[in-house]
Amino acid sequence: MERHLDQELKELNKDILKMGAWAEEAIFKSIEALKNRDKELVQSVINNDVNIDKLELDIDEKCIDLIARYQPMAKDLRFITTGMKINAELERIADIAVDIAQRTLEIADKPFLKPLVDIPKLTSVAQEMVRMAIDSFVKGDIALAKKVLLSDSEADQLRNIIQKELVDDYMVKDGACAPRAVQLLLIARFLERICDHTTNIAEDVIYMVQAEVVRHHPERLEKDS
Amino acid sequence: MQKIITKNLNLWYGSFAALKNINARIEANRITAIIGPSGCGKSTLLRVFNRMNDLIEGVRSTGEVLIDGENILDTQTDLVALRKKVGMVFQRPNPFPLSVYENIVFGEKIHAERVTADQLDEIVERSLKDVLLWDELKDKLNTSALRLSLEQKQRLCIARLIAVKPDVLLMDEPCSTLDPQATARVEELMRELKSRYTIIIVTHNMQQAARVSDDTGFMLLGELIEFGKTEQIFTAPLDKRTEDYITGRYG
Repeated sequence: MERHLDQELKELNKDILKMGAWAEEAIFKSIEALKNRDKELVQSVINNDVNIDKLELDIDEKCIDLIARYQPMAKDLRFITTGMKINAELERIADIAVDIAQRTLEIADKPFLKPLVDIPKLTSVAQEMVRMAIDSFVKGDIALAKKVLLSDSEADQLRNIIQKELVDDYMVKDGACAPRAVQLLLIARFLERICDHTTNIAEDVIYMVQAEVVRHHPERLEKDS
Repeated sequence: MQKIITKNLNLWYGSFAALKNINARIEANRITAIIGPSGCGKSTLLRVFNRMNDLIEGVRSTGEVLIDGENILDTQTDLVALRKKVGMVFQRPNPFPLSVYENIVFGEKIHAERVTADQLDEIVERSLKDVLLWDELKDKLNTSALRLSLEQKQRLCIARLIAVKPDVLLMDEPCSTLDPQATARVEELMRELKSRYTIIIVTHNMQQAARVSDDTGFMLLGELIEFGKTEQIFTAPLDKRTEDYITGRYG
């Protein structure tokens, strides 16, 4: 029996998917802008944030409305409450893309400090984690959610490599590099933060699907896998 | 403490199996809700606990129902004592066509051997205070109970019940004729009473079960499908049939 609520939940699912796509696009564009010193692209990331903020509010409102009108239970309730949390995580991810874009503006007119190798790598990891996290939500796929959690150490490692290189090879050796190196350092840190948000999404998805809280309880995750 | 334990309880109305192998453990000083679609056996189960089904012709049961360790299905069970210990509130408030005062002391007059007028006055005051009706009715004790509002009548029925100091309160859809405000007040009363009684409520209203109960049992076609903490049943039921029912997919 298809319920009216099912239709509403499908719409909600679609909106969250859209939110995810926009957040992912914002990360991609912000790093493309960095690689190509493209100030116009930077500006488009910053400008589009208004739309993402608006969608976040719309999704939130829809979730509250569904709770008020349908008083959902069990997996419906878990889907809606998880949707709200994921919505907030995605909005934060998009905000971080704006932070990256703003750091890019600071260095866009200055010569490259070094060829960008690891930052694009970390970007790919972050984008892939966002994509997997969203997919795991939309499909209710626990295995994919767990893959997101496992990818986080790769992101941490890359961030550490970038940090070490920028500090040891540039900032320590030549203080004049510091202003540019700091911006890149911040960008690496932002990308790693994005990955952290995707792990929150993955943990929420695991709760949504199997009603088990793995947040702050990594041992429960090991037990299952 | 487990107040009521059913062991392999089966009940038939003639050849119709109304309860199938029910094994439930109901805790004292908690509110237990029994939910399920019409005809699932939830009211029948409730009526087992004070042997109200005995009044129905052709009823037959097997298994055990232990209340404080005693099997109340035993033929030796003193039904008057059982119904004093395990009282029931019905869907439609059913006060006697007597005064408020007489309604409350009715049971005491039957059960107690000797009771003074002062003692009766005290019982009336205490019982009405327990159901938060004293302030409203203390000057109307001689008014006919039939002239009260629906909510007052239902509260009075609860007061009449607790006047005989039962342990267990059975409530069969106690709010279904009440408006939302009155329902909220009766639910509040249930929460107040639970520290002193074991309360079991049968309800069609799932939101009510979710709001008011500590434990919930879901029944379907005479079976107890799932029994657990209310929070777990309504957020993460284990059985798909429970999930389908509480999310409105059943049918």
